[in-house]
Amino acid sequence: MKEAQKIFSRPRSLRNISTHYCGGCGHGIAHRLVAEIVDELGIRERVIAVAPVGCAVIAYDYWDFDCSEAAHGRALAVATGIKRVRPQNIVFTYQGDGDLAAIGTSETIHAANRGENVTVIFINNAIYGMTGGQMAPTTLLGQRTATTPAGRQIGVHGAPLKISEMLALLPAVKYIERVSLHSPQEVLKAKSAIKRAFQSQIDNLGFSMVEVLSACPTYWDMPPKKALDWIRDVMSKEFPLGRIK
Amino acid sequence: MKSKSRQKEIKKILMTGNEAIAQGAIDAGCRFYAGYPITPQNELTAYMARCMPDSGGVFVQSESEVAAINMVFGASCAGARSMTSSSSPGISLKQEGISYIAGAELPAVVVNIMRGGPGLGNIWPSQSDYFQATRGGGHGDYHSIVLAPSSVQEAYDLMFLAFDLADNYRNPVMVLGDGILGQMMEPLQVTSHKSQVTGQKAVVCLPIGKATSQKTWALTGCEGRNPNIIKSFRMKEGDLEKLNLALQKKYKAIRQKEARFESLFLEDAKIIIVAYGTMARIAKGAVGMLRAKGKKAGLLRPITLWPFPEKVFKDLQARNSKLKTLLVTEMSYGQMLEDVKLALDGKLKVEFLGRAGGGVPTEEDIIRKAGKIL
Ligand SMILES: Cc1ncc(C[n+]2csc(CCOP(=O)(O)OP(=O)(O)O)c2C)c(N)n1
Ligand code: SF4
Repeated sequence: MKEAQKIFSRPRSLRNISTHYCGGCGHGIAHRLVAEIVDELGIRERVIAVAPVGCAVIAYDYWDFDCSEAAHGRALAVATGIKRVRPQNIVFTYQGDGDLAAIGTSETIHAANRGENVTVIFINNAIYGMTGGQMAPTTLLGQRTATTPAGRQIGVHGAPLKISEMLALLPAVKYIERVSLHSPQEVLKAKSAIKRAFQSQIDNLGFSMVEVLSACPTYWDMPPKKALDWIRDVMSKEFPLGRIK
Repeated sequence: MKSKSRQKEIKKILMTGNEAIAQGAIDAGCRFYAGYPITPQNELTAYMARCMPDSGGVFVQSESEVAAINMVFGASCAGARSMTSSSSPGISLKQEGISYIAGAELPAVVVNIMRGGPGLGNIWPSQSDYFQATRGGGHGDYHSIVLAPSSVQEAYDLMFLAFDLADNYRNPVMVLGDGILGQMMEPLQVTSHKSQVTGQKAVVCLPIGKATSQKTWALTGCEGRNPNIIKSFRMKEGDLEKLNLALQKKYKAIRQKEARFESLFLEDAKIIIVAYGTMARIAKGAVGMLRAKGKKAGLLRPITLWPFPEKVFKDLQARNSKLKTLLVTEMSYGQMLEDVKLALDGKLKVEFLGRAGGGVPTEEDIIRKAGKIL
């Protein structure tokens, strides 16, 4: 008789504590995917993460490897400093859409354009979670938020910002893929994309980023299941999934 | 071909203050510099671009001062001696980053070659950022250590102290100069230094890519140890108060140990001119001229602006009963003046002479004002 084999367990790179995230939130899944990839690539002792200001501000409490905080939006400047000083380490940032595509747009574009050999995990939940559900640069047209009570309007607030497509124009950007966490199949695809992005850094190719469409049931005002369906049926129409570069 | 002995003879080189600061930083082991161009400190950035790579370090021209200070945050996290420089408007932009550096207890050096403000102001020398430098500048209860060189040589020398203090206290250190100091050329003697903080040979430079045994808190990858976390965020009840109390304890130690000043004729002066940086050069000239006329003037030049050398001010009366007045002179409308008054606690008369926005009080202005007082 075959002995029982353990085929699923907590990744070494994820601490054994429960997170502060709301039920149905995508952040916890994304954290786990990153931890699994760090384990699979065997880089736990080489990796340095830069956490954002946003709901994932204490990501360093969940991951079990070296981490730094960064001021709101400045993660890619901090990552630039780290990676330039320690090119042999694997450096990544984990940032929300407000952090990366509003207050940190300048740091994002210029780090990408310089071709900093770092990886970005970009969590697009179309909202500001941490501050209570305000409009993000990625908020969809018509979407109601605390600061767009009548829904986002193109003539007043502009269209949802497609930062991945913008960055893909830059020659030093080597890998960009948009993925989603709305179903188990998509989660697996997200995991493969994260692995490719880290591998690109390990191979010294340049800037790599994975945009992750992620649910915020709390400020979308939806039950978790409905939030996942909304990503599938609405959000991914505005932000098409797949390899961008 | 130069012989070895000839090379040894050439010890003095002519440099601007900006270049001397850059060379001083490199000689002190700085291996990461990020900056954004702004007058009157552009020679510093250009010197770093030229010389940092040859010294095995990293130079980045950042997209903004905000990015530069955050790159310094990152490089410092990773264990390198790191710095940025700018002038007043750019330093305003760095305040958020400096506050984070103070909160995360990271070493870093920030150079401010001050120009006239407020707003875009102009590019002429000024000392109007004293409040910003010595009161923290960004949000939160913190202090940067502030050093104020008054010659090209001292600008070079103080860079060693700046990096030593930053590492020793894990605290931001600001080197505060002005456009005159940055732009003027003087002969400079490049020397090797002993740490004035630890008494040991200085330069704990981390070669790029190497781990450091000195900075056990640095982010280098967690091989062979528990993960390190660098953060200023303290959400749990009571944690932020604890951090603040620890910072206050550190500031108290810095206040006790690190105040520095230069003085002339404190024992018999009837009037003491108080000035720092470039203004202290001018004040020194005025003191010499007053003495030549038989007028008993003295000079007190704070070298550290924070911690302010309070004790020497508090002891003045006990040392010299003939002393009646202090004349504070600044290229501002009276910022260090407040620290002088606080230190004296109303015990001596304090007069002020200041100009800003490009105006610089001259030796004659000081002599005239001192003459009226005496
Ligand atoms: C300089 C500064 N401005 C504003 C804030 C407040 N703030 C914290 S998080 C955040 C936005 C978070 O949204 P996002 O980046 O999309 O992350 P999420 O919380 O949705 O994961 C804001 C505006 C701050 N901490 N610092
Ligand atoms: S507010 Fe939204 S993003 Fe933040 S934890 Fe809750 S569900 Fe997640």
